[in-house]
Amino acid sequence: MRSRYLPRLLVAALGVCAAPAVLAADSDAGRDIAANCASCHHGDRRSGAAIPALAGVDKTMIVQRMREFRDGRRPSTIMQQLAKGYTDEQIEAAASYLAAQKP
Amino acid sequence: MTIAGVSGFTRRRLLGAGAGMLVVRALSACANAAPPAAPKVVVVGGGYAGATAARYLRLWSGGAIDVTLIEREVAFVSCPLSNLVIGGSRRLADITIAYDGLERLGVRRIRGEAVAIDAPARTVRLAHGDPISYDRLILAPGVDFIYDAIPGLRSPAAQALVPHAWKAGPQTVALRVRLEAMRDGGVFVIHVPKAPYRCPPAPYERACQVASYFVRQKPKSKVIILDANEEVQSKKALFTAAWNGRYKGYVEYRPNSELLDVDPAGSTLKLDFEDVLADVINVIPPQRAGAIARELGMANANGSFCEVDFLSYESTAQKNIHVLGDAIQTAPLMPKSGHMANQHGKVCAAAIIALLQGRDVNPAPLFANACYSYIDDREVVHIASVHAYDRAQKTMLVVPGSEGLSPAPSADEAAYAEAWARNIWFDMLG
Repeated sequence: MRSRYLPRLLVAALGVCAAPAVLAADSDAGRDIAANCASCHHGDRRSGAAIPALAGVDKTMIVQRMREFRDGRRPSTIMQQLAKGYTDEQIEAAASYLAAQKP
Repeated sequence: MTIAGVSGFTRRRLLGAGAGMLVVRALSACANAAPPAAPKVVVVGGGYAGATAARYLRLWSGGAIDVTLIEREVAFVSCPLSNLVIGGSRRLADITIAYDGLERLGVRRIRGEAVAIDAPARTVRLAHGDPISYDRLILAPGVDFIYDAIPGLRSPAAQALVPHAWKAGPQTVALRVRLEAMRDGGVFVIHVPKAPYRCPPAPYERACQVASYFVRQKPKSKVIILDANEEVQSKKALFTAAWNGRYKGYVEYRPNSELLDVDPAGSTLKLDFEDVLADVINVIPPQRAGAIARELGMANANGSFCEVDFLSYESTAQKNIHVLGDAIQTAPLMPKSGHMANQHGKVCAAAIIALLQGRDVNPAPLFANACYSYIDDREVVHIASVHAYDRAQKTMLVVPGSEGLSPAPSADEAAYAEAWARNIWFDMLG
C-alpha cells in the first residue's frame, strides 16, 4: 500500500540530488493504542475527576493501574473489562506515550 | 497540551525518520526545489467518525495535511445523550457543539452537501459551489432511512407527522414536544427496525427515558416497544430488569413485531395480526449507508452498507476512498456506535498519514467500544469491549475477556457517562 504522493514528494524534494529512498517503518504503536485511552480520558478539564486525564501521568503508575484492573485487584466498572483487552507490551507502549505528553 | 495534542509534533516529525527525513534533508540540500503541495484529504460528514478523522489528521500530521470537512449542519449534535432530551433531563443545547475547535486546528469547513464523486478526477461535487479535489476522500455520512417498506410514510408530509428522532437535532425536539403535549393516560409506541441499525441499545434506552418521564409526570401513560427483532438487541438483561422493576406497568415489550405500515392520520401502526393505536408514534425506520457512500458500487454489502479494509477503512470497491462510522458493514459484535465511529476515525487517520508517507499502515489495529445507557436520569449501565484485527480473517474480533456489561444500573456510572460524553466530544471536535 503505497502512496502516489511519496514519489512526487521525493522527486520534488530530491530534484537532481539522487539518494537511495530507504523507507524506515516508523512505529506508532504507542501513539495508536494511547489514542484508544484518549476517547474517554481526554484532558478536558470541564469533565471533572470522574475520568482522570492521563497526559503526563507516570508510566509506572499507568502500567500498575492497568494490571490491577485486569487482575481484579482494583475495583472498577468498565476498566476491569477494557484492561483485559491489552497485552503487557501494548500497555507499556501506550503508557510510555502517555507519560511523555504534556498535561 | 492534551493526550492527543502530541506536543512538539512538527512537519519534520510527520515526514518521519525514514523517507521523510530524507525529503527534509534533500529539501535543505536542494534549495531550488519547490516545496511540495500539502496532500489534500476531504472528509464528508462531521459526526463522531468524520470529525475525529479530520482532527487526528491535523494533529498527527503536525498540520502538514490539508483537511477539508464538508458538513451540511452548522453545528454538531450528539446522538448519544439525545434520549435524555426526549426524557426531559437535558436540552438540545447541552448536546450541541460548534465546529470552531476543528477550524482552530486548521480544518477548512465547508457547509454544504456532497452529492457526487468523480473517482478518476478525484473530485467531490457539492449541491452548490465548485467541486473539491482530493488525494484521499473520507466518507462518514452516517445512515439514510429506508421508507420504501412503510407505504404510509413514503411522503415527506407523512414523515413529518411521525418523527424518527434517530438523527439528533430538530427531530429530537419534535418528539419531546409531542410527548409533552400528550394527555396523561396516553400510549407512546416506539418501533425498532431489524438489525443492523444505528446504536443497538438506543431504542431501549429511549423507552426507559420516556417511561421515566411518565413515572414523574404522566403516571397513567404507557410505553409499547414494537421490536421487529426476536429479542432486545443489546443490554437485554439490564433493560428487561428495568421494565420488570422500576417501570413495571409502564413498559410493554413485544418482540417479532415487524411493522407493515403506519397510518399517521389515524395514529395507528399496522402489524401482521393487529393494529396498534398510539397517542405518540416513534418509528425508527430501517437504515442503510448515507447516499454519498452508496455511489460507485461502494455499498457492496447487500446494497446497504460499505465493505472496508479494516486496516485503513479504504472502500473495497474504490481506491483512495475511505468509509467510516455507521455507513460501514461492521465486523460481528462491532456495533454501529458513536464510540466505534470515533475509533474508526483514528485508525483511518493513522493509515492515511502512513499511506501519504509511503509507509505501511499499522498491521494490527486495536480499539475499544464503550457505550453507556441511561436507565433513568440518574442511573446508567454500560457495555464495553476491546476489538483487535485478526490477520487470518482480515476482520476485527473481540479480545476474549474484554466484553461485558454492568451488573446493575448505578449513579457512579452516570458520572462516568457524563465524563465520557464531554471527553469524547473534545476528542473529536477539540
